[in-house]
Amino acid sequence: MELTFNQIMFIIISGVIILFSVLTVTSKRILRAATFLLFVLVATAGLYFMLNYQFLAAVQLTLYAGGIVVLIIFSILLTSHISQKFEEVSISKKIFAALAVILGMVLCIITILQYEYSATTIAAEELNMKIIGRSLLGYGREGYALPFEVISVLLLAAMVGAIVVAKKVKK
Amino acid sequence: MLNTGIPLQFFIILATIMFFIGVYGFLTRRNLITILMSVELILNSVNINFVAFNRYLYPDNLQGHFFTLFVIAVAAAESAVAIAIIINIYRRFTTINVEDVDEMKY
Repeated sequence: MELTFNQIMFIIISGVIILFSVLTVTSKRILRAATFLLFVLVATAGLYFMLNYQFLAAVQLTLYAGGIVVLIIFSILLTSHISQKFEEVSISKKIFAALAVILGMVLCIITILQYEYSATTIAAEELNMKIIGRSLLGYGREGYALPFEVISVLLLAAMVGAIVVAKKVKK
Repeated sequence: MLNTGIPLQFFIILATIMFFIGVYGFLTRRNLITILMSVELILNSVNINFVAFNRYLYPDNLQGHFFTLFVIAVAAAESAVAIAIIINIYRRFTTINVEDVDEMKY
């Protein structure tokens, strides 16, 4: 069976995602774990590009890979030594966690494979910035003005909250 | 270009594997920042689900696309607040290991 270009790309991207996710949660050094998380997020942006959602991929790259990972790396540098290694987790805890995770994963995958997804035949329309902007600020059908405003208030509250919490208390 | 030659199931299985790797990290890690990183993995896998469902099953609606945007915004807010709290904890206890931080207040 001949593999198409898309399928080869999907195999590469999913391999990168799975490999680096595992490394993120098992790496002994915290800064390396953060770097592996960055690779996972960039590969996810690649998946969005494959699905033809360019705007979403750009947001993923700038916000997740550019913003959140940098924030995490900053806080690592503020709170721990770069070469610090974690102490080993007890083996029984590892085994129980792996058992629970594998059980859940197998259950979910079996359920997914049992269900027949009927792919739609509707042709996907080109998703350009004009449609995205009109939808985000529209209030009729297909409008997302309310969640947009709620998320704005949430971001403002989170920003103020973060400043207040991280502020030094005067003694 | 709807038919990319990849069944929808592959995307969902990939997201499932990523989700459970995140859960594994959440259960075994003992450092607050690495726990936060596991939560980011979980949120990211959910985003892949949203986007794949949107593209394959309802490409004429954009709910999945926009809710992925909102999830990304919530994740950003969440990590900002969490990191503020972590830095504050580090100031008080000089550690961010969850087992050493066992009191809320002096």
